[in-house]
Amino acid sequence: MSEEFEPVIVGFFCNWCTSTAADLAGTSRMQYPANVRPIRTMCSSSVDPVYILRALLTGADAVIVGGCAPGDCHYVSGNYKTRRRITVLKTILNALGLDDDRVWLRWISASEGAKFAETMKEITSEMKKKGPNPLKEQWPV
Amino acid sequence: MRTALIEISRDGVTGTVRQFLKDLLEKGLVDALLVPFELPSANNAVQTLVTGADKLDAANPLAPVLPVNSARIVSAITRVEASTRKIGVVLRPCELRAVVELIKLKQISPQNLLLIGIDCFGTYSINDYSKLVEEGQSPTKRALDLVKEGKEDTMLREACRVCEYPYPMEADIVIGLIGMDLSKGIIIEAASEEGEKVLEALGLAEGGDTEKRKAAIDELVSGKIKKRDELFERTSAEISGEEKLLPAFAKCINCHNCRDVCPICYCRECLFDSPTFEWGADKYIDMASRKAALRMPTDTLLFHLTRLNHMASSCVGCGLCQEACPNDVPVFAIFRMVGDKVQKVFDYVPGRSLDEELPLSTFREDELTEVGYE
Repeated sequence: MSEEFEPVIVGFFCNWCTSTAADLAGTSRMQYPANVRPIRTMCSSSVDPVYILRALLTGADAVIVGGCAPGDCHYVSGNYKTRRRITVLKTILNALGLDDDRVWLRWISASEGAKFAETMKEITSEMKKKGPNPLKEQWPV
Repeated sequence: MRTALIEISRDGVTGTVRQFLKDLLEKGLVDALLVPFELPSANNAVQTLVTGADKLDAANPLAPVLPVNSARIVSAITRVEASTRKIGVVLRPCELRAVVELIKLKQISPQNLLLIGIDCFGTYSINDYSKLVEEGQSPTKRALDLVKEGKEDTMLREACRVCEYPYPMEADIVIGLIGMDLSKGIIIEAASEEGEKVLEALGLAEGGDTEKRKAAIDELVSGKIKKRDELFERTSAEISGEEKLLPAFAKCINCHNCRDVCPICYCRECLFDSPTFEWGADKYIDMASRKAALRMPTDTLLFHLTRLNHMASSCVGCGLCQEACPNDVPVFAIFRMVGDKVQKVFDYVPGRSLDEELPLSTFREDELTEVGYE
């Protein structure tokens, strides 16, 4: 019997909202899949596309960037810039025929522990449906 | 704005433009000029910073060759400190657009620069240019003759064949050649208050049929757009998806020449030359063990994808990346096609206007509202 495909998902979560929501989900003992590898960043806008791309080229099945909801950024406007940056990244992936649905951006604020757990379940199940990232097998990147 | 018609002298169109530039220097309207000079060996024409009007005899702003994008040169001259003396810079449209982008990126101090844009009929690769010279032909004459005859110039670089901006957009003075009878006259147009003052000081009489030039530009541009869209379609079909994209970059040797000549890639230290990409042997072996094999040098595709993310919104399509590639990786076609898609998202045309903010350094609260909530 073959094992079920377990996607590897890299999460870049901002310190002020999404990482705090992850903490809340944990302290509230909410269950969510262990497929997500969370990385805390000071702001979602400090995630240069190079890190997202490197994760995908190395073989991660998806990358999710989490930040404060528009209007709530700890640094006033970082998340608006993130939104443009991720839009550019997705446009580029799409133009090159690469799967931009493997890059997610979500706004999860500090009080939304349940939303954090739900979102992690959602991305894990979506990636299970999608199957492995084809770049996982491509060593000559 | 003031427009003047300058009659073509017996020195031809190049000589006429040269005389106009000479007047700027002689009458003290500029202290220096940055303008392409034919080298004594004649097999290349390079940007030259000139202070003596008598030296201008070698100037040839119509020489159909683009060894470097002059925006890089203007940046080198003015980045450390703004000029206190007036410099007139004679630029092709793609160079001018890159200058506008670099001003926005704070890599050029615009103080005391007089931006002189010149209509462009396209350029040859340096090798094609020098080959013509070796065969005893004048590349400038060849290019202008084909324009006069209304024939397609098949020697033009790919970037020039598909360039939909052969006319200056943001300048102080525009030297108009498109649609003009190049044996009769050229148009000099003031495109800013600064330019207006200069033309007034030169005492140029008003005149010139700007409508005729505009109509000719429209016709030229519609043909270029058709070719551009064909290139986009072809490129997309050739490189789309990982099974085609990887072969497209198979010939890349990570020399980073495309970045080094790019007028938009201005970072003093590129991320890819930084310690972020320096590792110990253990790390290399760990990286290799992820897929059991690791292409060396590492991060070939990552370099290009990251560069796209950093500069595609400002790509002016000068195509010098292609000239710099030693192995004919289709970098120009890919970057131009992707850049176009990115720029369209923000309705942004690089170099169109100094008043438009760079897409990645600004935002609107009420835009892209679906992103983040899917």
